[in-house]
Amino acid sequence: MALIEAKALRKSYGPIQAVRGVSFSVNRGEVIGFLGPNGAGKSTTMKLLTGHLQPDSGSARIADFDVVQNPIEAKSQLGYSPEGAPAYGEMTVREFLSFVAQLRGLSNPSASVQDTLTLCRLTEVASQTIDTLSKGYRMRLGFAQAVIHDPSVLILDEPTDGLDPNQKFEVRRILKEMAARKAVIVSTHILEEIEELCTRIIIIARGEVRCDEPKEVFLQRGQDLNKVFRELTA
Amino acid sequence: MSTSPQATPSALTAIWAVLRREFSGYFRTPLAYVFLAVFNAFAISLAFFVGNLYEANVANLDRFFLYHPWLWAFLAPAAGARLWAEERKQGTIELILTWPITVWQTALGKFLAAWLFLACALAITTPIAFTIGFLGSPDVGVIIAGYVGSLLCAGACLGVAAIASALTRSQVIAFVTGFLACFALVMMGYGIFDEFLSGAFSPRVVEEIRRLGLWRNLEPFTLGVLDFRPIVYFLSVAFAGLGISTLIIERR
Repeated sequence: MALIEAKALRKSYGPIQAVRGVSFSVNRGEVIGFLGPNGAGKSTTMKLLTGHLQPDSGSARIADFDVVQNPIEAKSQLGYSPEGAPAYGEMTVREFLSFVAQLRGLSNPSASVQDTLTLCRLTEVASQTIDTLSKGYRMRLGFAQAVIHDPSVLILDEPTDGLDPNQKFEVRRILKEMAARKAVIVSTHILEEIEELCTRIIIIARGEVRCDEPKEVFLQRGQDLNKVFRELTA
Repeated sequence: MSTSPQATPSALTAIWAVLRREFSGYFRTPLAYVFLAVFNAFAISLAFFVGNLYEANVANLDRFFLYHPWLWAFLAPAAGARLWAEERKQGTIELILTWPITVWQTALGKFLAAWLFLACALAITTPIAFTIGFLGSPDVGVIIAGYVGSLLCAGACLGVAAIASALTRSQVIAFVTGFLACFALVMMGYGIFDEFLSGAFSPRVVEEIRRLGLWRNLEPFTLGVLDFRPIVYFLSVAFAGLGISTLIIERR
């Protein structure tokens, strides 16, 4: 059983077809590098997988639960960090994570919050208001709220966007630590991230899957990954 | 391969968590205190300077409650504008919609928090009741009925405001449209608009329109009457607003 399964997903915004029949599946232990130019349908596909948007046709399953038919079960298995890591700016980091822990129905919220603060190295800013956090901490908080319940499926929309090299390294380190137990999709613009983090590459352009192959196969396409990317998405 | 079972919160836990977060959220910004001050200032000055509460020399508060539909029409949309518009603007709506809770639970928690906040604004005006009690011997039951009616009226305006807030990501637009809709509810059976209706329709039709307005439904409370019909009216408007705003968020 695949932990994430997209079957012929389609979604239009008015006359614009954002996603045009996207299918793929992700197993435990896989980290998918989800690539594509801006406006290619990456974020829309992720929103369809997370149940934020409903597809016009096709289906999405998380841990074998249909996202539209059994949304609560599907969402309980899922950790999702949307683009830009939104959060309630007026809350402190600890308050926000406690709130998420409650909504996740965790049996011991305060212990989960403490573990997550440690895991994501947020302990020193735990009492700080989210509005006052630097970008690096803010992105890590987005990540923290997605993993607090140790979900089997993790979907991260540009989790390292705007981070400095040290912070990127840090996020990738945490991701690698937990990746073996999960099915992970990471959208990114950073091609080097693929080599370091991912086991498989899915490239999407104009709402269609252009490439879906193991990292090793992908890397043999050429020396210059930027050129390979341009050719695939043209 | 099996997936480990994941917990989901009970409905009550989810609603309570959202309610607590939202309610404390009001007091995290200076706006809440400005709101409470403005509400109080208007409620008291309208009663004294426009309603001539003091000069009337009668120990009751019907001149105080008389202006509450106006106050709520203005201030409930002000407090309710953030309900959904802010979630959209901040992007946190994406989190809400991907947590293992239903939109209904979130919507109800938010709505109750906002209503509770409006109840706080109303509670701050209670010194006027004590003053009347000190100056004369009013019927306490009538005053309590007035407060209950006013709170229900606030809930109805908040229901309208929730719809306005669900439709946009701009709090300003949410406030203005919410206010206009509530304003229409106040005007039904009030003043000039009422005279206009009387000229255009038969008395029976005018009477039916009046029944749909806020003022006509608040009136019995200010006279100390806890009638079934207006209670149902206010709660219906409140929960219809809650329901419609939930559907808007679900069908986005």
